[in-house]
Amino acid sequence: MVEASPIIEISHVSKVFQLQQQTIHALSDANLTIAKGEFICLIGASGCGKSTLLRIMAGFEQPSSGQALMWGRPIAGPDPSRGMVFQDYALFPWLTVRENIGFGPAARGLARSQVKETVDKFVELVGLSKFANVYPHQLSGGMKQRVAIARVLANDAELVLMDEPFGALDAMTRERLQDELLEIWQRTKLTVVFVTHSIEEAIFLANRVVVMTPGPGRIESDNPLDLARPRDVASPEFNDVRRVLGAKLHSHHEKKAAA
Amino acid sequence: MAVAETRAEPAVAARPAMARILWLRAKPTVLALIVPLLLLAFWQVATANRWTLLIPTPYQVGEYMVDFAVGGIYDDAYSSTLFTHLLASMSRVYGGFALAALFALPIGMMVGRMPTARMLLDPFLQLMRPIPVTAWLPLSMILFGLGAKSAFALVCLGAFYPILLNTIFGVRSVDPKLFEAASMLGCRGSAQFYKVVLPAATPSIFTGLRLGLGLAWFVIVVGEMTGVPQGLGAVIMDGRTLSRTELVICGMIVIGLAGYVSDRLVVALGNRLLRWSPNHNG
Repeated sequence: MVEASPIIEISHVSKVFQLQQQTIHALSDANLTIAKGEFICLIGASGCGKSTLLRIMAGFEQPSSGQALMWGRPIAGPDPSRGMVFQDYALFPWLTVRENIGFGPAARGLARSQVKETVDKFVELVGLSKFANVYPHQLSGGMKQRVAIARVLANDAELVLMDEPFGALDAMTRERLQDELLEIWQRTKLTVVFVTHSIEEAIFLANRVVVMTPGPGRIESDNPLDLARPRDVASPEFNDVRRVLGAKLHSHHEKKAAA
Repeated sequence: MAVAETRAEPAVAARPAMARILWLRAKPTVLALIVPLLLLAFWQVATANRWTLLIPTPYQVGEYMVDFAVGGIYDDAYSSTLFTHLLASMSRVYGGFALAALFALPIGMMVGRMPTARMLLDPFLQLMRPIPVTAWLPLSMILFGLGAKSAFALVCLGAFYPILLNTIFGVRSVDPKLFEAASMLGCRGSAQFYKVVLPAATPSIFTGLRLGLGLAWFVIVVGEMTGVPQGLGAVIMDGRTLSRTELVICGMIVIGLAGYVSDRLVVALGNRLLRWSPNHNG
């Protein structure tokens, strides 16, 4: 049996930005392979290149060197198969919840009846039926992020890229959305790449946590988790993992101190 | 005694509450009327005490306004001609405004979104901008002749820049995240202009149209200095040459009211169309 090619393959990817006179090494020699159905968390302090790596997978940025592949083909630009959920939602303020969710299907040229059917399904899925005809500015942060997730799912994305999506939400809402996201992931067998700076969030969600460190941004370690789901943040096992990952996350400080 | 007191209490409490509600309802209107009424009172005092002999009293102007609108008092050349003049001015205001929008919207969109168009047109447009509409009057009369065409052209020029500048601003200041969102949802290239840039720019464009229409009313007198027989500007110019100050003041009041009503209608329309925009409730 031939092994299927991975959904995402990042090999030796570096990204250099030129900011006026300064050269910024946002990402240095990153290697990462993601299989279909995985839930990956990218975690690290600011400046570690986690958002850059995510944006390269989305096709918003091109690598300065190295290769980013999806199903073995180079990622040349943004595509509906790779949906992005932004921290600040990036909903279209002039469209209602329904219209925001229907934006992708309509842009792809689906027939009106199909768009309606898809929208109905995903409005229901994220529990916003009562708010279907409301504009984004009338919604809470949590509801906005539900719309952002629904609009990506409604567009048949195989890979969902999430850039600190729950970072701006209060703790209660964040926990609810984490549960809902896991439920959707388990039901749909999506592949999720989720950027966060919270160790707890990463361990609660992911089946693999990729730890990144800054200066230059690089992948420090790749940590598969085999904690049973649903996970209990108060359990000893959870806290063991938290301790190990915490140490890895801060390893670059010690290296710098030693140097 | 004690019983009577407790019984009186709710009534006392209820009355201020009613008065408060009534006051809150009436407050905007009452406050808005204070300055105009003070001005009117000052006008009355000034004319009654003969501080000036060239300005008629408010009552005289009021009386003339009635004659101007429906006639039957003085029965001169201007009696019951208000609506003829108002209609003539409105046609120029809205015609000139529509013409301005027709030019300013596409030019603004091009200058805002296309670097080449910006380099080609922006310096020229900025250079022409400080020249007041009044300065264009002689040239306009040479180019478009005496009459309505010149009036159209000048009103159009007056309304052009606010529409242009707000359109440029609107199409340039679209949140870059929205382009990324659109492209990852499968909307790319020129489709983004219609699906992202235009809707995102509507609040600014709307502000430009509102300012432009206001300026169209503002320049109508200059526009009608070009020798048109009818129009509120023409009436004011006639009033000046005939030393009929009451005619001038009537013309001014009608322009003010017409401009005000037209602005309120535009704002009401905008509030309907821009329901989605949290900071658009003019």
